[in-house]
Amino acid sequence: MSAPQSFGRFVARAAAGGGLVVQPRMGFGTPRLMRAGLERVRAAAGSTAGTLTIDSYTRVGDLAAAGAALAEGAALNGYPIATHPPAVTRELLDGITAADFPVQVRHGSSRPEPIIRALAAAGLDATEGGPVSYCLPYGRTPLRESVDNWARGCELLAELVPAPRTPHLETFGGCMLGQLCPPGLLVALSVLEGLFFAEHGIGELSLSYAQQTDAGQDAEAVRALRRLAAELLPPRVEWHVVLYTYMGVYPGTRAGADRLLEASARLAVRSGARRLIVKTAAEAHRIPTVAENVRALEIAAAAAALTEPPAAGDESADSEVYLEARAFVGAVLDGGGPVGTALRTAFARGWLDVPYCLHPDNAGRSRSVIDPTGRLRWSRTGSMPLAPVRRSGRVPELTADGLLAAVHAVARRYDHVA
Amino acid sequence: MSLPPTGQTVLVTGTASDSHTWNLVYLQLFVEELGYRVVNLGPCVTDDLLAEACRVHRPDLVVISSVNGHGYRDGLSAVTRLRRGPGRSDIPVVIGGKLGVLGERSPEAAARLLAAGCDAVFDDADLDALREFLTRPAAGARTAHRHAGSTV
Repeated sequence: MSAPQSFGRFVARAAAGGGLVVQPRMGFGTPRLMRAGLERVRAAAGSTAGTLTIDSYTRVGDLAAAGAALAEGAALNGYPIATHPPAVTRELLDGITAADFPVQVRHGSSRPEPIIRALAAAGLDATEGGPVSYCLPYGRTPLRESVDNWARGCELLAELVPAPRTPHLETFGGCMLGQLCPPGLLVALSVLEGLFFAEHGIGELSLSYAQQTDAGQDAEAVRALRRLAAELLPPRVEWHVVLYTYMGVYPGTRAGADRLLEASARLAVRSGARRLIVKTAAEAHRIPTVAENVRALEIAAAAAALTEPPAAGDESADSEVYLEARAFVGAVLDGGGPVGTALRTAFARGWLDVPYCLHPDNAGRSRSVIDPTGRLRWSRTGSMPLAPVRRSGRVPELTADGLLAAVHAVARRYDHVA
Repeated sequence: MSLPPTGQTVLVTGTASDSHTWNLVYLQLFVEELGYRVVNLGPCVTDDLLAEACRVHRPDLVVISSVNGHGYRDGLSAVTRLRRGPGRSDIPVVIGGKLGVLGERSPEAAARLLAAGCDAVFDDADLDALREFLTRPAAGARTAHRHAGSTV
């Protein structure tokens, strides 16, 4: 290890060699299991990055409950990084993290400070988050609080991971509720969270987008995300795009799950994403094992290796997704001022309005549907800066049965392909 | 396909430890189509928040949904708070979802919920039972009879 290494440089180097980095969501409560899992991920065929996914007690800030669960020997659904002493985490990572195997912390907390302190103390540099995306979908933390917490979180990460180390932060904004959010809004949120991170001192980012219902629309979205990032992020900021394999209701059959995973790997390569967070065939039923994670990584890496990368310059088209995402970002940033304040204003006024999101700070006046061609569309735009949905030929409102069909549409399609 | 308005309000809510929301979004549409106005409290609703929302919105029925495996425990706590805590209320309460971690119905746990003041306990995905509860004569009225939903 000579040159200073970073999560982003590792991904860039893999991309230069034509490889897509594949990464699991994986977390275990004990250092022994966690280390064993990371060893297996590191040894998997393909360019892999490691993950410490944090348990949900630590996520909600209930460190007492995480400690009690460890003391009782109860199984946790992730690694309690703020409860194990830093020396224990360092030891578990010793000989695992390296220039060719970075490890990222994924957690989902709207109160990230203890997690950021713990990961920095353990020698880690890379994590995931977002003032909107780690707040609105899952809980009741007020958006104002989450914005403040994440502003401080970014600054803390920058401070606690000093040069020659490089703090890295990934936006979760390209996922939100996992399904049924039209891509223009996902792309806009990812870009806005990236701008927020940059404003608070983070110089190396990844911008996420989660696979949705239609491969063509998804490819437009990833390209739109790359174009907007290039247009809007300060030139000093290094960034890449990370794709998430479908985050909604997952196919129930192994064959269906594998096909969806392979489709996401092909989408990543064709659209110019440089990293893929995979899902396993076990996902529909329970928390996957290490072996299931490794299997998913290797299937994704193999599918990616067989896919042609995009021709240069194809991200410049004014696609529908790009225009919509640009309208959102423009409306939010128009008033000037800090990005965090602009985000709060935009949600308060319903300019950004995540469909089906029940958080008290989300306006809740937008609705979406899957159209007959399989693309995600708005059926109600509320106060968002979009043309109102045309009355003629408009897609009908979602009913309860319609919603059920929509959330299962991808699973059904991949389960039932002959 | 929607039924005519009943003029009644249903409060749909998650439980304190449950961050899932798609179940609540679905239930809102389902209950609205049966002619009710819905107030949806969303996920991670504490017992006190639920009690306060009942005081403010004065719903005709509370529908608690839980899918994270803590439903028996969290639901018992919520209905106990509602029936016995400050500002105690007799608004009918039903609960359903994946209530236990084992993925199977526990008659003992369901009996505890009924004894604590739940008006019905529905199995996961037993929407016919919920529909029947909501469409029978005087559904949601404060005179609702105690009734163990399950297979009905």
